[in-house]
Amino acid sequence: MIEARQLTKVFQDRKRGEIRAVDGVSFTCRPGQIYGLLGANGAGKTTTLRLLATLLRPTAGGASVAGFDVTAEPGRVRANVGFLATSTALYGRLTARETLTYFGRLHGLADAVIAARVERLADELGMREFLDRRVEKYSTGMKQKTSIARTLVHDPAVSIFDEPTVGLDVMTARNIVRFVRDRRDRGKTVIYSTHVMSEVEKLCDVVGIIHRGRLVAEGTVEQLRARYGEPDMEEIFVRAVGGEEAP
Amino acid sequence: MNARNILTVYGKELRDSLRDRRTLVSMILIPLLMIPGIMMVAVGVSARVMSKARAEVPSVMLLGDGDSPAVHAALAANRRIRLVPAAPDWRQRIADKQLRAAVELPPGFDAALARGAAAEVKIYDYEGELRSGFAVGELRTFFNEYRQRTVAARLAARGLPAELIRPFEVRTENVAPPEKVGGNLVGGLIPYLVILLCFTGAMYPAMDLTAGEKERGTMETILCSPVARGDLVLGKFLMVLTASLATGLISLISSGATFLARGLVMGGAPAARALPGLPAIDPAGLLLVLVMVVPVAVLFCAVLLAVSLYAKSIKEASSYASPMIILIIVPAMMGLLPGLELNARLALVPILNLALVSKELVSGVYHWPYLALIFGSTCLYAAAALAFCVRMFNREDVLFRV
Repeated sequence: MIEARQLTKVFQDRKRGEIRAVDGVSFTCRPGQIYGLLGANGAGKTTTLRLLATLLRPTAGGASVAGFDVTAEPGRVRANVGFLATSTALYGRLTARETLTYFGRLHGLADAVIAARVERLADELGMREFLDRRVEKYSTGMKQKTSIARTLVHDPAVSIFDEPTVGLDVMTARNIVRFVRDRRDRGKTVIYSTHVMSEVEKLCDVVGIIHRGRLVAEGTVEQLRARYGEPDMEEIFVRAVGGEEAP
Repeated sequence: MNARNILTVYGKELRDSLRDRRTLVSMILIPLLMIPGIMMVAVGVSARVMSKARAEVPSVMLLGDGDSPAVHAALAANRRIRLVPAAPDWRQRIADKQLRAAVELPPGFDAALARGAAAEVKIYDYEGELRSGFAVGELRTFFNEYRQRTVAARLAARGLPAELIRPFEVRTENVAPPEKVGGNLVGGLIPYLVILLCFTGAMYPAMDLTAGEKERGTMETILCSPVARGDLVLGKFLMVLTASLATGLISLISSGATFLARGLVMGGAPAARALPGLPAIDPAGLLLVLVMVVPVAVLFCAVLLAVSLYAKSIKEASSYASPMIILIIVPAMMGLLPGLELNARLALVPILNLALVSKELVSGVYHWPYLALIFGSTCLYAAAALAFCVRMFNREDVLFRV
């Protein structure tokens, strides 16, 4: 379960002054649900996800993730979250097995448990052939599979995926979408940020559209279609953020 | 603080670093080859230059000797110099290194000596030039002996004993232990290299484990694990310290091996045996140098980690860390200055205190109160630097600097 309450993050920039990257965002994502976070570049998606993953501290407001407060108990939040972003890369000189073992140990798991999880994830994600090769030799798809496995090695209650299919070929992207859906079906709480509207329609139970740090629209895909009188998610998104920007 | 997490982070960083060729080069290869290389090349080249210069019989020109055949004949008979015919361009020849020195005799030199009058001999040389210096040395020896012979002849002519003008002799004898002699000669150089290598050994891993991780995007990956920031920084710090100490230790071992290879490490060997090649040093003192280096290495590692963490890329970190080498070299070099002795105030100046005390340690001199003061004060500086480093790891504006 994720509950964001008036979540706010303000950055101080020497040149631009005060920047309200996230401005009073509130939403709830329940177990067994995929919450889709939509927004243009710089809208505040990644900052919101980083606040939930406790990488950043909120300036105001708060959130609880898996029952723990992000400000008071950041360590316990992280122990229950699997966070994957475009900015969370892998160690090139380690193998996938070593990477998963490392993160498993940091989550306090026993080596026997880690070994079993690694085997299971390798089968589920199709990683077996490259499990013991160094990450630096991987293709983008292999790296993304390993990254996803890294976020799941401790079997977290909450998964946060920030654009997990960026730069992947169709087959690998489909594989990952299927895997994310599988997380939801196992009763996990999932936040999924993406630019790909077809993924939103296929995956997300609830969609939140974020624009200039504010949550400007929220609802199921059907509710948003009804509210904006549009079947196409891309059109809904453009209208929710106030129309297209001047070229 | 969670020891298991710290060790897990350390173990991973160690494995990762040992697979990185650049870390291996800076941690093992450079210290392994640098000191023996410098010692062998510096000593070997200088010895070769010296022996070659000594083997050369310097060419010397005698000027104004037309009316002094006696001194000309004596000089021509000296096998340690080669007398060349006088020529008007002697100054240019000395400058061109074709001629090593010239001697100018006053008019009527032989006659002046015969009648007991004072005369002045001038030697022209190219100051600072090794071979010219040797020529001057030979000429001085020749004229000293020539003077003594003249004096002895004059005394004998008057029926007086030679001791009349030489009532006593002066001799100098070294009482310093051979290690002290060696320590003073290279005692400053070895700690200087060890300090420098400890710093450079820490530099690349410190940048790689912080700014490098930011650049590669792995910093955010590790930050979203539940490991506390303090544990994370301590794990990384231990790795950087390992690299720094390994570099220092390897450089010490290689310098010890260099001395051993020359059969010159002290074990009661006389200074005379030690001095022709590399000077003697105290091996126990060398080990104590390593102990004293530990808190300095901690200081280096913590400062380098904090500075590198602030940077967004290895390039930026390098631009911060590289000028710091000057901050290390200056006090370390000051320790090489002759005459600068350790006192209570200097014992509180980091790096300089280590350079000064190390010079004494490799000379076999142990000032325990100073050693304690230096170790204690450096530990305090190191602890402050480490606390600063942990603080930096808790600042999101540093970790997510854009």
